[in-house]
Amino acid sequence: MSAQVEARRRPRSRRSPLASIAMHATLIIATLIAVFPIVWVVLSSFKPGVYIQATEISLIKEPTLDNYRYVLTETMFPRWALNSVIVAIATTAIGVLMSATTGYALSRFNFPGRRKLLLVFLVTQMFPVSILIVPIYVIMANLGLINTLGSLVIAYLTIAVPFCSWMLKGYFDSISTELDEAAHLDGCGPFATFWRVILPLARPGIAVTAFFSFLTAWGEVAYATAFIQEKSKFTLGYGLQQFVPAFNPQWEYLTASAVLITVPAGVVFFFAQRHLVSGLTAGAVKG
Amino acid sequence: MSTATVGRRTPTPEPVREPAPPGRLRRSWDKHWYAWAMVTPVVIVLSVLVFYPLARGIYLSFTDLTEANQQRELCTPSITGELTCQANPNAWEFVGLDNYIQVLSGQIGQFWPQFWTTIIWTVTCVVFTYGIGLGLAVLLNRPMRGRSFYRVLLILPWAVPGFVSAFSWRFMFNHDFGVVNALLKAVGLDPVHWFDDKWTALSTAIITNIWLGVPFMIVSLLGGLTAIPAELYEAATIDGATPWQKFKNVTLPGLRPVSMTVLLLGTIWTFNMFPIIFLVTRGQPAGQTEILVTGAYRAAFEGIRNYSLASTYGVLILSILLVFSVFYRRALRKQGEVW
Repeated sequence: MSAQVEARRRPRSRRSPLASIAMHATLIIATLIAVFPIVWVVLSSFKPGVYIQATEISLIKEPTLDNYRYVLTETMFPRWALNSVIVAIATTAIGVLMSATTGYALSRFNFPGRRKLLLVFLVTQMFPVSILIVPIYVIMANLGLINTLGSLVIAYLTIAVPFCSWMLKGYFDSISTELDEAAHLDGCGPFATFWRVILPLARPGIAVTAFFSFLTAWGEVAYATAFIQEKSKFTLGYGLQQFVPAFNPQWEYLTASAVLITVPAGVVFFFAQRHLVSGLTAGAVKG
Repeated sequence: MSTATVGRRTPTPEPVREPAPPGRLRRSWDKHWYAWAMVTPVVIVLSVLVFYPLARGIYLSFTDLTEANQQRELCTPSITGELTCQANPNAWEFVGLDNYIQVLSGQIGQFWPQFWTTIIWTVTCVVFTYGIGLGLAVLLNRPMRGRSFYRVLLILPWAVPGFVSAFSWRFMFNHDFGVVNALLKAVGLDPVHWFDDKWTALSTAIITNIWLGVPFMIVSLLGGLTAIPAELYEAATIDGATPWQKFKNVTLPGLRPVSMTVLLLGTIWTFNMFPIIFLVTRGQPAGQTEILVTGAYRAAFEGIRNYSLASTYGVLILSILLVFSVFYRRALRKQGEVW
């Protein structure tokens, strides 16, 4: 039956050359728009400052690594990057660890309070930075935590925990419950089932969730700008603003930093994107 | 708990539990304690980090707390070095609904202009990201040459952290040496002072946000598309449906669950999108492109920090989003959606 359908469907879905050209043209234009800004910033980062701030636009002119050298050796950029890495890894590790069991419980057990908790996660998505930032700031100030990286980790957990739990729940939903039953028959309790059977299977989902919470922390600006005062404790999101003050912005350093910040994220992204698609799909379809 | 290995074992029948304990609570506890144990850490963290601050925030919105009056006591060192403290006569206090009245009547801040900017910003961004994302997802869902190549490149903007994109687009929209104006000049148009007018400035932020948001839509909608059974298209083709009819009657209904989720999330995220406005337009010109979230932020952390005003904004923003979600959910229910 399915072979027949396949055989019959093939010729039907074949496009006319015109439709094919139109489709590829659309996709090529869309791809150019998606890629162009990235390419442009990369190209600009190799130009000497005078050519970046010139009215005459050139694709590439006297390429140099000076901008990179300056950013990496003469500014606090490496320090800010290190701060960002510390904050992002701490947020990710704590967030994912806590959310994994929660996501599993939400996916498998129909316990009283389950629906309420799911609703809470959804509502937390609505909390604008503006309602939590002030009270968290006041609490942190009272605890003497302002101007520490720890305050940022705590603030980012408010975003990461509900989101990770929600996404992991979606991912666990896509793993067959028969595995749980089999493990149960083999004498595993719920915790052992989770730890030995489900968690190893959920590695792609965990990876995607970790990736998301890492990027959330990596790209956060509001809390970082409000909580940190000392230049040596800036994260990248705040530090980069230093290169673009209202007057006399230093775009050449900005473009070089932008590339340096994006490359690691992009590499991880490239490897994660396949899982990313399946992970998100599971989350979105069963949402 | 159990240390049993995963190796095969003779399936033993469920051990018979002790006779049903008296209370319902007790029974419920026996049955669900491990589920509760699994969610407890998150519940605790959310209570401490989200709900306690939320309650504080709501309380602050009923006070007149600012940076200037936050001290309960004023302490001055005397000549002998001792601190003498006395109650601050101008300390912050409970003021009831005053903040709300002043904000909503426009006596303080720019609530209504910012509200309308936020609505325009949100609607435009969501409509365009969803529309473009849907179109590209449908195209990418077809068998064709170079599909995975297109897909990787199209979701590339997602890999760029939001603040980096914001700076990059601000750089490209620069009046004197930005590439956007260079392109305009190349086709014979006049360069635009993007950040000197409310609407062109807002467009720069909207374009940046669309560029950033489309990949998420593509990926989610592609996932939704693969879940639509091919038989439905097959049947539609046999019935002689045109491509447009197939799109309208098979694709769109099939995408409903995913669409509803991403539209809701997209709306909430865009409404609260802080870095793009904050870094691309910076409220230029003269605060006209400020949205509620950035407005609240500036109230809280710029000039004399007005914590209570910012909290009031926060509560109002949250209320707007809650009302929106309730209506959204009700609309879905009416159409028989289970969510």
